[in-house]
Amino acid sequence: MAKIKGETDFSGAALIKSPTGILGLDEVTGGGLPKGRSTLIAGSAGCGKTVFAMEFLVNGVTRFNEPGIFVSFEEPVEDLVKNFASLGYDLKALSSSKKMIIDYIHIERSEIEETGEYDLEGLFVRLGHMVDSIGARRIVLDTIESLFGALSNEGILRAELRRLFRWLKSKGLTAIITGEKGSGSMTRHGLEEYVSDCVIFLDHLVSEQVATRRLRIVKYRGSTHGTNEYPFLIDNTGISVLPVTSLELTHKASSERISTGIPRLDTMLEGKGYYRGSSILVSGTAGTGKSSVAAKFADSACRRGERCLYLAFEESESQIIRNMRSIGINLEQWVKKGLLKIHASRPTFYGLEMHLVQIHNLVSSFNPGVVIFDPVTNMISVGSENEVKSMLTRLLDYLKMKLVTTLFTNLSHQEDLEKTTVAISSLMDTWILLRDIEIGGERNRGLYVLKARGIGHSNQIREFLLTKEGIDVRDVYLGQDKVLTGSARLAQEAAEKAEAIIRRQETEWKERELEHKREAIESQIKLLRSQYESEEEELRMSIQHAKLKEEAISRATREMAKARKADVIKPAAGKK
Amino acid sequence: METENKKRKAGGKTKGLKSTAKAHGTPEVKSSKEFWELRLYVAGQTPKSLTAFANLKKICEEHLEGKYRIEVIDLLKNPQLARGDQILAIPTLVRNLPEPIKKIIGDLSNTERVLVGLDLRPAG
Repeated sequence: MAKIKGETDFSGAALIKSPTGILGLDEVTGGGLPKGRSTLIAGSAGCGKTVFAMEFLVNGVTRFNEPGIFVSFEEPVEDLVKNFASLGYDLKALSSSKKMIIDYIHIERSEIEETGEYDLEGLFVRLGHMVDSIGARRIVLDTIESLFGALSNEGILRAELRRLFRWLKSKGLTAIITGEKGSGSMTRHGLEEYVSDCVIFLDHLVSEQVATRRLRIVKYRGSTHGTNEYPFLIDNTGISVLPVTSLELTHKASSERISTGIPRLDTMLEGKGYYRGSSILVSGTAGTGKSSVAAKFADSACRRGERCLYLAFEESESQIIRNMRSIGINLEQWVKKGLLKIHASRPTFYGLEMHLVQIHNLVSSFNPGVVIFDPVTNMISVGSENEVKSMLTRLLDYLKMKLVTTLFTNLSHQEDLEKTTVAISSLMDTWILLRDIEIGGERNRGLYVLKARGIGHSNQIREFLLTKEGIDVRDVYLGQDKVLTGSARLAQEAAEKAEAIIRRQETEWKERELEHKREAIESQIKLLRSQYESEEEELRMSIQHAKLKEEAISRATREMAKARKADVIKPAAGKK
Repeated sequence: METENKKRKAGGKTKGLKSTAKAHGTPEVKSSKEFWELRLYVAGQTPKSLTAFANLKKICEEHLEGKYRIEVIDLLKNPQLARGDQILAIPTLVRNLPEPIKKIIGDLSNTERVLVGLDLRPAG
């Protein structure tokens, strides 16, 4: 039962991959080249086949503990050692460590006469001997096609090549075979016919005087892989393939907010600023203060103790520092503290992929929390719109994955202000627009938030002021169907202030008046009351008087009657 | 280099003695300029190797009698020797002397071409 299960269960036999250690390539191939199989790397002359193969081998030795053999059919060992020294590889040291063998197989056509039947057993013996001597797991044949030039019997050669690839497989070697691009076919001598597991095509495209190296995985049997053309770069750290992670939109979104560096702009964004790891576009016409917004953001990042990478494509480092000092932003202190890195380069100086790989390398080595592109527009001079867009997409994916907040400035033109040159707005999470407002012979700066994904942002236009003290964002004067800025706004504000003072004075005066009136009436009331009181007294006294008089009269009458001895007829009312 | 040469010769001699084919010729006949030092690389005693040796012997007997020496090197026994003479094809005949070095690959069945290859007959 168990045996049957073991025989039929193929799910566990997924293709094992051999990591190349080449930056980006392992991501694109989903883990590396097929282990124990052959991979063909084809491409025209000078496209980087040998470098690719060598990096695969050297990484195998130094990082994955897989000894390797480099068989060169084109370059003598000394030349290889010299060439790769410039890429930082010490092939001599590696060779002496018994983990790597570099062999130069060379046949001089003129020395050779062919008579009758032969085979390439000598090559097999030679390879086999090397493989066994160091226990090699990887091998590179660069490029075995030279044999076609050295040996005239193609029938024998093809049969032997077929045998060679079978032999490599039986030895369990992960092999790279390089091949020169032929006209109309992948390789000049149809090597792709023998190597069926994985084929990678390299190409070196020059458009508008700018060279771009590109890599494409033509075929990868038994594995998913990216199918695009991926730009790659060869620099002094070896090969880097861009982009690195762009197959899926899986980056985690942070809900942390970070300040824009401009308090008033923060309040326009719910009082909290941008999302961490989001992409921000600051676009505007020339001279609207895009760089200043960027610099302020950089400044605030450094203030928080975060690292900031400032990629400048128009100005030099010292120029940026000087200019920003004029509006009260001291960037120099952050540069000195190592928190700010300004990387200035001319966009046209390199190809597009060189820039992006360089940015990539800078980001991975400097590990910034904030990256600023100033301006991203200049990138377009390096490639076509589509190329730039796709590169930026990939780069942004990478930056977002690393939770790096990215700010791009973009120079736009008056007529299509809400259009970005590279049509990158869809990649942006927050878009801040800076624009000129021309009123009364003045040109002032206006700022508004065009969009902010996931942020309930203000919809109002603000005036944007650059002063010696820094950046200020103010309310603009709204009223009478117009927006006032600059001195017009100041005049309006002054007029309003004067009016307000007058109004206040009036109110104060009225209040005082009221008080006076109240006081007057109150005193009148007092007077009346005292009059009343005195009159009341008088009246009471006269009433008393009258009463006493009445009593005296009645008593006198009674006494008179008594004296006259008059008889009592009836009791007086109220008496007994 | 010297030790390597010695090794090769040693390897060749033992091989030559053990195999059916024997090295022929008398070493100290004439000056080195006229002397032919030949090396035949094989990988085991395959039919092709045996054919090549037989053909070579015949040619040498006919054209170079008394002024040649043949070393047979079996790469299966001394695989490291494949590197020195840049041997890929088997069998390969290498003419070490007289200079320049010449290589003839194949079973040497085409006598004319072998003679051209060994500079015993002008090409064409």
